[in-house]
Amino acid sequence: MERIVISEASVPAFPRGVKFRFNNAKQQWVILAPERLLEPDETAVEVLKLIDGKVALGTVIDKLAAMFKAPRDVIATDVVAMLQDLADKAFLIDAAASPHAQGAAKTAAGGKA
Amino acid sequence: MNLRVEPPLALLAELSHRCPLQCPYCSNPLELERAGKELDTKTWLRVLDEAAAMGMHQVHFSGGEPTVRKDLEQLVEHATKVGLYTNLITSGVLLDEVRLRTLADLGLEHVQVSFQDTDEHNADRIAGFKGHKKKLEVARLVRKIGLPLTVNAVVHRQNIDHVPDFLEMAVELDAERIEIAQVQYYGWALKNRAAFIPTYEQLKRTTKIVEEARQRLKGVLVIDYVVPDYYAKRPKTCMGGWARRFLNISPAGKVLPCHAAESIPTLQFDTVQEHSLQWIWENSAAFNKYRGTEWMPEPCRSCDRKELDWGGCRCQAYALTGDAGTIDPACELSPLHQATFGLAMKEAAAEAPEFIYRRIGADETPDAPVFATTREPAE
Repeated sequence: MERIVISEASVPAFPRGVKFRFNNAKQQWVILAPERLLEPDETAVEVLKLIDGKVALGTVIDKLAAMFKAPRDVIATDVVAMLQDLADKAFLIDAAASPHAQGAAKTAAGGKA
Repeated sequence: MNLRVEPPLALLAELSHRCPLQCPYCSNPLELERAGKELDTKTWLRVLDEAAAMGMHQVHFSGGEPTVRKDLEQLVEHATKVGLYTNLITSGVLLDEVRLRTLADLGLEHVQVSFQDTDEHNADRIAGFKGHKKKLEVARLVRKIGLPLTVNAVVHRQNIDHVPDFLEMAVELDAERIEIAQVQYYGWALKNRAAFIPTYEQLKRTTKIVEEARQRLKGVLVIDYVVPDYYAKRPKTCMGGWARRFLNISPAGKVLPCHAAESIPTLQFDTVQEHSLQWIWENSAAFNKYRGTEWMPEPCRSCDRKELDWGGCRCQAYALTGDAGTIDPACELSPLHQATFGLAMKEAAAEAPEFIYRRIGADETPDAPVFATTREPAE
């Protein structure tokens, strides 16, 4: 395994074993991973909601710039840095570069069943 | 306690104390539960429902060896259904590909496999069981079927010099994470402390190796590292604070603030047979006893770190002093800190004694606290 470098060409995805989900009882978005739990803030939640393992990060940044009516380059810098940090902590992968994307894993499991 | 208590984050479900391995540092209590006392499937299913309803995020299936339970599949399936993230903490020796695939298909998210050493002979000697080869095989299977893997490496004076090999092994196994956890001294490990505690020099060397590896393997391998308390400056934030983040259920259904809490004989624990998890979390005397900061003695009470380390570890305070309500001797502000450090140095310098292996019927009497005073433990 090599270190993932996040760029606008990356297709960010949550790897198998990492879940970004809404906890109904607590009314709160969380990222769950082995013995880890992140409570992303509101801005991060908006970014993470757009991550589906299919869309390139450049497109995600376009959407965010429109959504927040903010300069695209500022958003791009912040979002790449935030996702790089998540990737370094094994919360995120680049589906364009990795075979372990959640979508791919699901298909494999589905094929078995 | 009138304050609204925040719900816990995760449930540690110790399904059984049965285990083929006999690791002399096992975190299970000295008095192991027999199979006949274990909770039935129906009760565990109800407990999982209650945990999800409380807003808990994760369940860790542990033991003993959790795969001895034939209903593990059912529990994983149910936990997933009610929205809990499931993690399996296992020795791996009872698993095969069919069972692993079934568990993965039922929703298991992650597997942690324990290793006793990187050297097969020494690993099997420490475990009291010939299982190292099988563990490697199972770890590879976990990755083969696409589940993320954590290598649990418990380190001590008899394998600490193999930490670079552990790191290499984790990378070679394509693990995404390794826990390099120095033995912590409760229960069985306390009995065997002199056989495990490393020298201060060994510890410093290892810490340097880990720090260097964290840089080198950034983005490749996540490294969690736990140092032995006896050589620490400040106590660890045990369990994220007593009764703040986690609850632990013993095989027989006792609800504990941490897996070692039964080592404190003055505490009484409620069971899932008698009460709901929610009721226990909010009302159990054992949980409320050391929750928050009100119970703290000085200098903890006026310490600016009191809401960072939450007073350290109550089990350790008890194990060393006989009083669970006193300052954790791991803290440099404890009058016993130097003596604790000295005790570790002295034991590490002497020849390692033979192991007392973890097994039912082994010597179950707890060791007397070394720094016990004549004063009665606070009620």
